[in-house]
Amino acid sequence: MSELVEKSKRKPGKSTKKRGINGEKSLWWMYLPAVLFVTAFIVYPFMDGVRISFTDWNGFSQSFNFVGLEQYTRMFNDPTTWTVIRNTLLYGIGSTILQNALGLFYALLLNNQIKFRTVTRTIVYLPVIISPLIMGYIFYLFFAFQNGALNDALMFFGLDSINALGNADINPYIIVLVNTYQFVGIAMIIYLAGLQGISKDFYEAAEIDGATAFQQFKKITLPMLAPSITINVVINIIGGLKLFDVIVALTGGGPGNASQSSSTFMYDLYFSRQDAGYAATQGVLVAFIILILSLLALWYFKRKEIEA
Amino acid sequence: MIQNKKKGLLALLAVLVAALHAIPFYILITTSLKTRGDFSSRWAIPEYFTLENFTIAWQEANLGPAFVNSFIITFFAAVLLIFIGSLAAYPLARRNTKLNKAAMMFFIAIMVVPPLTALVPLYQLVVDIGMLNTRTIAILNNVAAFLPLTIFLYSGFIRSTIPKELEEAAKIDGASTIGIFFRVVFPLLKPVTASVLIIACVFIWNDYQFAIFFLQSSDVQTLTVAMASFFGENQNNLGLVAAAAFMAMIPMAILFLFLQKYFIAGLSSGAVKG
Repeated sequence: MSELVEKSKRKPGKSTKKRGINGEKSLWWMYLPAVLFVTAFIVYPFMDGVRISFTDWNGFSQSFNFVGLEQYTRMFNDPTTWTVIRNTLLYGIGSTILQNALGLFYALLLNNQIKFRTVTRTIVYLPVIISPLIMGYIFYLFFAFQNGALNDALMFFGLDSINALGNADINPYIIVLVNTYQFVGIAMIIYLAGLQGISKDFYEAAEIDGATAFQQFKKITLPMLAPSITINVVINIIGGLKLFDVIVALTGGGPGNASQSSSTFMYDLYFSRQDAGYAATQGVLVAFIILILSLLALWYFKRKEIEA
Repeated sequence: MIQNKKKGLLALLAVLVAALHAIPFYILITTSLKTRGDFSSRWAIPEYFTLENFTIAWQEANLGPAFVNSFIITFFAAVLLIFIGSLAAYPLARRNTKLNKAAMMFFIAIMVVPPLTALVPLYQLVVDIGMLNTRTIAILNNVAAFLPLTIFLYSGFIRSTIPKELEEAAKIDGASTIGIFFRVVFPLLKPVTASVLIIACVFIWNDYQFAIFFLQSSDVQTLTVAMASFFGENQNNLGLVAAAAFMAMIPMAILFLFLQKYFIAGLSSGAVKG
């Protein structure tokens, strides 16, 4: 009898010993499938892409040559590269600035206890869940040269029609606008959550000290929103730099290569121009740009957060 | 009194914002209801309503099969994501070994890698293993793309909200690790599973960039790929394009309107990954 009690007492004790800090099991077999998935579909192709960027591979033939840095010198001498970089940065940074400015404005507006706040929030957020490709086609109806909604409106006011999508000077900005329209809802929601986390006491204290509304915004609201700003800037930059669907729907990268982003340019190089080696080189470049910019943004805003 | 006046003005501003954002949808609807010969302003409500665009677009754009393909791919990818992701997150959240810390770092680092760079070689890999134009590859690829985020969300949730005591009690009762996970931990993960489900549904359902690479043949086309080729053929008949676009966006839009709260919460939790 006493032996049985001893045994049952010892059991948990023993297992505690086994689970000691250093002896605890990793249970690695539980994440093995995930590691295999990610390695096969992301890590391996990523590294293979770097290898292909040093070749003249056309994308389908069995034979190809290693050409060293030739694709890289070609890339930096190709004027299209600079157009593509300019556009990619414009889509990334332009959308980020617009989405944050507008998103913050909407959040400040809808944070008030006013009528229509719920319905406005829903309408602003709705495009977020719609496919960017389809959103692009919807905007095609708006900007089309012939019988597009924009030109119909201009005609109504007796103004000349504009070929917004076919004009290389305008269409990159239209793409930024459409991307902003679609995703401003995310920025708005993140700022709304941030605003609701700020204690009213701050504003009451500031009120007593005689601070103006603008001073309150600058000294209380903005610093307290720093974490929301960081999140928004980083996700908007990453999303904007990767832009693909909207461009395909609105301009197809044209006219010529005028509105091409890195993603659409790579797609073109690979499928239409059988230039896989060069496509991979462009891929390495955009990976590099995305990495640098997101790290910079993260570093800059983290520092701001600490200061605040 | 002044307070009320100010609120009225702000409400008016809110209505203006809502109207501005509703314009594209208004144009979409008026365009889709107009006959081909109707060149009246896009802003005008059609004089003769026609639903012809919808019936023609439905058939010619192959939207029926495309819906089925999108559904199959999204559904199976989401199930696999939830299963593999939560299973992987459990030891990463609970066992602080060196190996597990390294594995967590690995998954976080992957989130920074832009999928673009991998696309060209990935396409070649898919061709080599003979899986181009299969729904399976679209499922597997989407699972891989969203696994790091899924693991990140699950492990954060397990660490912060699931009490360890429950698992310890189950262990004392003699349950195996896998038994503890499925019977004790997994049922408690419902909120984060809902977020993962919503993120997966929205992004995989809407995906075009991967789909256009891997699903080019018409019998496996998803909604976005079908829409793109339909647009290419009917660029001069925008009524048809509008009708197809309207039908393509409607399932997600309805789901969103009914489950708005969950959609916004779920997608925001995904956004925090940056």
